[in-house]
Amino acid sequence: MSGTTTEPEVPEVPEADAEAKLAYEPHKKWYRRPEVVIPLVVVLAGYVLLITVDPGSQRYRSAFTADPDQRVDWAYWFHLVPQMLTGLYILVRATLLGFTLAVVLGFFLALGRRSTHRWLQLPVAFLIEFIRSTPLLVQLVFLQALVRATPVISLSVVETLVVGLGIHYGTYTSESYRAGINSVPKGQWEAATALNLSPVTKWTQIIIPQAVPNVLPALGNNLIAGFKDAPMGGPALGVPCLLFFANWIRADDFRPVEPFLLIGVGFLMASLPAAWALRRLEERIEYERE
Amino acid sequence: MENWVLTWPQYQVLLTGLRGTLLILFWSFLLGVVLSLIFGVARLSPREWIRGAALVYVEFARGISSVILLFIMAIAIPILLQVGQAPLLMLAAIALGINMGGYGAEIVRGSINAIPKGQTEACVALNLSPTQRLRHVVLPQAMRIILPPMGNLTIEILKGTALVSLIGFGDLMQQTRNLIQSQLAAGVAGVTVLFVNVLVIYFIVAQVINGLFRLGEWRLNKRFEERTGRSAVAVGEVHA
Repeated sequence: MSGTTTEPEVPEVPEADAEAKLAYEPHKKWYRRPEVVIPLVVVLAGYVLLITVDPGSQRYRSAFTADPDQRVDWAYWFHLVPQMLTGLYILVRATLLGFTLAVVLGFFLALGRRSTHRWLQLPVAFLIEFIRSTPLLVQLVFLQALVRATPVISLSVVETLVVGLGIHYGTYTSESYRAGINSVPKGQWEAATALNLSPVTKWTQIIIPQAVPNVLPALGNNLIAGFKDAPMGGPALGVPCLLFFANWIRADDFRPVEPFLLIGVGFLMASLPAAWALRRLEERIEYERE
Repeated sequence: MENWVLTWPQYQVLLTGLRGTLLILFWSFLLGVVLSLIFGVARLSPREWIRGAALVYVEFARGISSVILLFIMAIAIPILLQVGQAPLLMLAAIALGINMGGYGAEIVRGSINAIPKGQTEACVALNLSPTQRLRHVVLPQAMRIILPPMGNLTIEILKGTALVSLIGFGDLMQQTRNLIQSQLAAGVAGVTVLFVNVLVIYFIVAQVINGLFRLGEWRLNKRFEERTGRSAVAVGEVHA
């Protein structure tokens, strides 16, 4: 059953960190260390900003006629960029909201998975395995059908995508939490027991501080994986994001080349820096742990 | 409570779709494995430009969303290159294969890196050519490390195959949509039950793939122990 529980990636071989000169201060509390607090504040502020900004008009149309003789009309291409950015923004926002849901949901799933009650642990383990090995696309469409069949619940298409992403990646984050907690050496647990620490002290002072550096890169990987899965909400559910934009423009102008290549480029512009930032984070954590 | 089982004609439609899913899984897996071996080895090449090209490919394949790549492949590329309409199976398999190759290349690279340096040095001492070294010494040993993450990756690709229904290929998901259309036309409810069944079918296929990779792993480990007399677990821990 646990065959699919590890991440498909092989960990990067850590390279020599250019900033190895930085002072190593593990004795300081994390909230007193500027190199931890400043990125944290920046990320949180960026998150709030991204979630609250209004995406503006979501009606995609081109007021520009492309030259039919050219295979790729660059003027037409650049004319489409602002609308593509709207689609990208909606995509990023849905991913972030879905991932927030996944982080919270994954915590409870991990708790259930670690439970000592068999009747709780086994169903949760099966549920995680089931959701992890079935396609997100089918889950999204299933969720939409379920919402439509239940008169009490009503979700917009974006909300359906957010909930679907949240549930799917919640199972992934729960596995990340579990791996992070299991990676805390056994001696730490035994020492906490030997010192007669209360469960609260044991978790908040011993286990979680040591698990966080292991969990963070895995969570980042999940976020990027979620971002790569989110565009399917366009054609599957009708979320006005990247693919929806491209399909719309294609139907309008019968020019498929520019919008589709444009969303490919736009997506890479967002996902490659995110992957790069994650790798930096991994290197930093690797450096601190040594 | 509704009835959770569908009728036999419905299952027949789903099985037709499953055949399409498995077909596309097979071809994209084949292409993915070939690409991962080529680029995984290329990333460790002594020549800088080969390493750079492989890095560009890996970053592209891992950075792009498979569904966007699929749409570019199916809609923009045939028109851009003016090749007319290529078969959807081929286009979808190429898109998914490129995606799998990016992740697979990193797996292959990591596994080759995990093989002890002494093996390479012994090959140099025995005057084996780089190709012989790779073919007879490094890859057979790396294979035992490659297999477990490759199994997970294959299940990810199985999940990715559901996307080909969005470009109109007749896979399991597409046949499900067809069933829904006919059900709506006939005025029969129970779309959720249909999807639960489809999810279970995907789950079973994933478990079968998982089992096959476990079997392959077990056989490789057994052969390794027979030939070397060493415990496979102890060597595997070098990587972990």
